[in-house]
Amino acid sequence: MNGNGNLRVGLYICHCGTNIAGTIDVKAVAAWGETLPGVVVSREYKYMCSDPGQQLIVDDVREQHLNRIVVASCSPLLHEQTFRGATAKAGLNPFFFHMVNVREHDSWVHEDKQAATEKAKDLIRAAVRRVAFHKPLEKKRVPIHPDVLIVGGGIAGIHAALTLANAGKHVYLVEREPTIGGHMAKFDKTFPTLDCAACILTPKMTAVKKHPNITLWTLSDVTQIEGYVGNFTVTVKRHPRYIIEDLCVGCLECIEACVYKQAKYPDEFNLGLGKRKPIYIPFPQAVPQLPVIDRETCIEFKSGRCKKTCVEVCGDRKAIDFKQQESTETINVGSVILATGFQVFDARRLPYYGYGKFPNVYTSLEAERLINAAGPTQGEVILRDGRKPKTVGILHCIGSRDENTNRWCSRVCCMYSLKLAHLIKEHTGAEIFNFYIDIRTPGKGFEEFYQRLLNEGVHFIRGKGAEINTWPLDPSEEGKLIIRVEDTLIGKIRRIPVDMVVLSVGLEPHADAGDVRRLFNISCSSEGWFLERHPKLAPVNTFTDGIFLAGCCQGPKDIPDSVAQAGAAAAESLALIDSKFVELEPNTAYILEEACSGCKTCIPLCPYSAISFVEAKKKAEINEALCKGCGTCVAACPSGSIRQNLFEDEEIFEEIKGVLAHA
Amino acid sequence: MPEAKPETPAVGPKRFEPRIVAFFCNWCTYLAADLAGTSRMKYAPNMRVIRTMCSGRVDPQFVLDAFAHGADGVLIGGCHPGDCHYQEGNYKALRRVHLLKRLLREMGIEEERFRLEWISAAEADRLKTAVNDMVEKVRALGPLRLETTAEFFPEEVKVA
Ligand SMILES: Cc1cc2nc3c(=O)[nH]c(=O)nc-3n(C[C@H](O)[C@H](O)[C@H](O)COP(=O)(O)OP(=O)(O)OC[C@H]3O[C@@H](n4cnc5c(N)ncnc54)[C@H](O)[C@@H]3O)c2cc1C
Ligand code: FES
Repeated sequence: MNGNGNLRVGLYICHCGTNIAGTIDVKAVAAWGETLPGVVVSREYKYMCSDPGQQLIVDDVREQHLNRIVVASCSPLLHEQTFRGATAKAGLNPFFFHMVNVREHDSWVHEDKQAATEKAKDLIRAAVRRVAFHKPLEKKRVPIHPDVLIVGGGIAGIHAALTLANAGKHVYLVEREPTIGGHMAKFDKTFPTLDCAACILTPKMTAVKKHPNITLWTLSDVTQIEGYVGNFTVTVKRHPRYIIEDLCVGCLECIEACVYKQAKYPDEFNLGLGKRKPIYIPFPQAVPQLPVIDRETCIEFKSGRCKKTCVEVCGDRKAIDFKQQESTETINVGSVILATGFQVFDARRLPYYGYGKFPNVYTSLEAERLINAAGPTQGEVILRDGRKPKTVGILHCIGSRDENTNRWCSRVCCMYSLKLAHLIKEHTGAEIFNFYIDIRTPGKGFEEFYQRLLNEGVHFIRGKGAEINTWPLDPSEEGKLIIRVEDTLIGKIRRIPVDMVVLSVGLEPHADAGDVRRLFNISCSSEGWFLERHPKLAPVNTFTDGIFLAGCCQGPKDIPDSVAQAGAAAAESLALIDSKFVELEPNTAYILEEACSGCKTCIPLCPYSAISFVEAKKKAEINEALCKGCGTCVAACPSGSIRQNLFEDEEIFEEIKGVLAHA
Repeated sequence: MPEAKPETPAVGPKRFEPRIVAFFCNWCTYLAADLAGTSRMKYAPNMRVIRTMCSGRVDPQFVLDAFAHGADGVLIGGCHPGDCHYQEGNYKALRRVHLLKRLLREMGIEEERFRLEWISAAEADRLKTAVNDMVEKVRALGPLRLETTAEFFPEEVKVA
């Protein structure tokens, strides 16, 4: 075979309970396995990944002098490491093992038992033939950089940053807005306990700013990331604020002094419900406590002829700098936590609800600002036309659970709609109608909150609002927004006239989630949420080692869940850092020098510039530290002199012959 | 509802079951196949997957070898353009596939027998559709008879 002596393969077929054995005739496969050339032991067992299962391998190697192991069970993604471990424990090189995926790729996807069994045999034959060519390999150990990058400063990013910083790790927190806080900073109160969002969030925000272990960069974007787990090099672009952070004391006198005596421009933080000046602070508790100058509206930027009263009042501090440029920082980190959150569904996409057309139709996020004591109306619910609403309709599931927009349930809307109902009622005494498809209140204290609302006399109408119009059919509807809805409990179409409509918009992935995903080399679900490595067992890991997820970027969730996930991501990151070293898969490419003709075909193919041409020898050379093991150069080498560990040509040729050998 | 066409009966003594060899990249298409499994989707059992780290690792020789050893079809699966875990291995794969398609045509191997599909880790349903579709098309073509094609070579030489 391969110069490694006599082939003695141990073959193990896992039942995985009935997951495999229910479809594949494991007994027949094991019996057949004995007839394969080189196979010395062929067994089936209930759970190969269990301790006794692994012990089978260890014992057989010792007693039967096996030198190769093949396990047919689940996906290598789940248990390749487990069985490599067992192989090593038995005293063999762990890479004398190969795994066959007969669960995800076979028993779970086929109903025809005979066909599934045949498929299993083909795959096993291929593995047995392949494993004969395996070579002993060693994993490379590389040290892990202890610093961590966190992208996104919402509650998830903040919590993860504080956890890591408190554990003594240095954290870079990169936020693209002028302040951290994310969506939570916009809320007045949070369900189900109705605690004041600012009271619980702002202390954490200030702690981030004060923490010696946290470097906070707002108005910043990650533009590049290179390297691998334990050793990432990250480029961060910092956009100008036109305020020198180190010199500004946050007195905010410049805002007062601006030549604009009145705030004039729509204020982003309040979703355009309020106004701000060209120099402003997003909200009073913003962190960092620094003003920001908007280039688009500032007279100095537009004409260069402003009196610059802001600079005058800043005086000796000289913190205002109109010439500030974008700057670039390069940092090294060992792990990354993505906490980029979500965006709300754009209600304009459903024109029949009249958002953007009827001034008194609001989104839920706008409603949050209206009832916020620090909001544009100081917490008074005053409509765009200056009135106070006497009747309010809250429409659930706008842009959620809808085949035409987003199919998923956004998980928090039922609860925040109940919260808004309670708060608006409290602020205005208005009569409130909730229009829902189902009320979903799974969570600690959630159902109790729903009961409380029922007792408070809020109306619940089961039916998704169909349309909002302003055509009165009788005088009582004059000047009102009319919600048309099929009340599915009484089976009738109803018209409910109200003064104010709140659209409970769903949560969706950021418009640029695809770009972020690509930048960090991770996957998205088909909906666009960042994909976790395993939905149950690795919910904060991604398929890219060293990159973790926290909060709503992974899927809709509430604050408690976002915080829990952030803690988990921080813990995963800590575990990684404290292991001090990572072991890299030894699947790198290497060159057979004698065979290399020096044609240079491979050199431009490598995306990592790992291949260079050594003039003296007229041969190509691979820098193992840079090679990531894709194998593109291996496939391209015309003389076959580039090879790849774990994916050697002959190993793959054997697999091809193996899967096809039966007929 | 339009009346459903009667299904072609799967009877007859033996329906031809094409053998498809697939090369899936570790980061996207292999994971899509895993996801199809965890989602308990069902698709035709004719495919045998061989894992490579990247579609860029798929040497044209692998494809030729598969056909030479009796595959009726070969499917390469990789990440979508721009999504390759190694930046651009899939572009390299695409380049080779174009060349290889011409070669296969010259050899008399029908186009439907060789496919490249971009299937992301989340697109289990796309994987299912691609496999089923390929199996059906190759089934319709019948077994690949490379030997027969080769028989013509001497004649052609004579003519020339
Ligand atoms: C109307 C409404 C009311 C709600 N009410 C409640 C409630 O009462 N109780 C509750 O538990 N939950 C509530 N929620 C849910 C809550 O908003 C989320 O659970 C929480 O905000 C998730 O936090 P996060 O950090 O994951 O995301 P976010 O709050 O969205 O924060 C993400 C942060 O990342 C930044 N960012 C995004 N992309 C990038 C990038 N590429 N680079 C750098 N930075 C980036 C953003 O600017 C933002 O600061 C409500 C949601 C809505 C829409
Ligand atoms: S890793 Fe999937 S195509 Fe390169």
